Amino acid sequence: MDQIIRALEEEITPKRDEGAEAEGELPFRPGDRVRVHERITEGVEEGKERIQVFEGIVLRVRGRGTSKTFTVRKESFGIGVEKVYPLNSPKIVKIEVVEHPRKRVRRARLYYLRERRLRLK
Amino acid sequence: MALGILGRKVGMMRWFDAEGNAFAATVIEAPPNVVVQIRTPDKDGYSALQLGMGEVKPKRVNKPLKGHFEKAGVPLRRHLKEFRLRDVSNYEVGQEITVGIFQEGEKVKVSGITKGKGFQGVMKRHGFGGLPASHGHDHQRIPGSIGNMAATGKVFKGKRMAGHMGGERVTVRGLTVLKADPERNLLVVKGAVPGPRGGLLEIRKEKEESES
Repeated sequence: MDQIIRALEEEITPKRDEGAEAEGELPFRPGDRVRVHERITEGVEEGKERIQVFEGIVLRVRGRGTSKTFTVRKESFGIGVEKVYPLNSPKIVKIEVVEHPRKRVRRARLYYLRERRLRLK
Repeated sequence: MALGILGRKVGMMRWFDAEGNAFAATVIEAPPNVVVQIRTPDKDGYSALQLGMGEVKPKRVNKPLKGHFEKAGVPLRRHLKEFRLRDVSNYEVGQEITVGIFQEGEKVKVSGITKGKGFQGVMKRHGFGGLPASHGHDHQRIPGSIGNMAATGKVFKGKRMAGHMGGERVTVRGLTVLKADPERNLLVVKGAVPGPRGGLLEIRKEKEESES
């Protein structure tokens, strides 16, 4: 039963190669600063597409299979902005890791960054 | 009155379409169904296909049923179900029906037995609103008044009350087929479907070809 679903999920997962990452492992983890490239369709009429880049710190990764999502937070003009991306969405073109925190992050969910200035290290 | 197939619910997953929209989807496994008997108006007063699905140990099938399968010349099957069709002339006994009868984007209806919920109150069972939390109420989940006083002097039959919920046959209509894979006997359908994982399902076309 479970294998069937896993096989289907495997199939519809877009193949992105951001360096050689181990099977089932993400190229980034909470605390990393990443740049997410998302395909966005603008306007009502079709054909108008552009890539939006959102750069921020990964707060958390949740879920499994195709419904895995991650939350990226950044501060934009003094206002905190968070975006939740489905990891396996075909709309996400690329995820770049800009930098890792200098000191290892010891939590899986970095909610405390919301209360603090967005600064790790 | 439409062709269908028997299958089992495998489970649910998140599905992405080409544009990147995400849907909740149900995966159904439906091995080729074999036509065990054809009902005809002359003989039975109606026309239908009797389909069999799923393997079964020979010792689990009683003798009358064994005879039924033998007569059709098909292997034993665990589940038998009839699908009424206006026209059965294109089918023959022993023929296999696969998920190939469905196309991506097609609408289907799916029937199954819902999960049993046991004895449930009126709020969960019928969606009643319950009573306010404040202003002197000391019960919240009760139905309130169930009828009039002397003017009728009784509670009408069919009044919705607490009782057994679930474990009944439910049909969900208008589900979109996201994927039909005859090689692996899989069907992915948009949305939810009645019953537990592993539960028996009937997947039918919304309309018979000749009807539309």
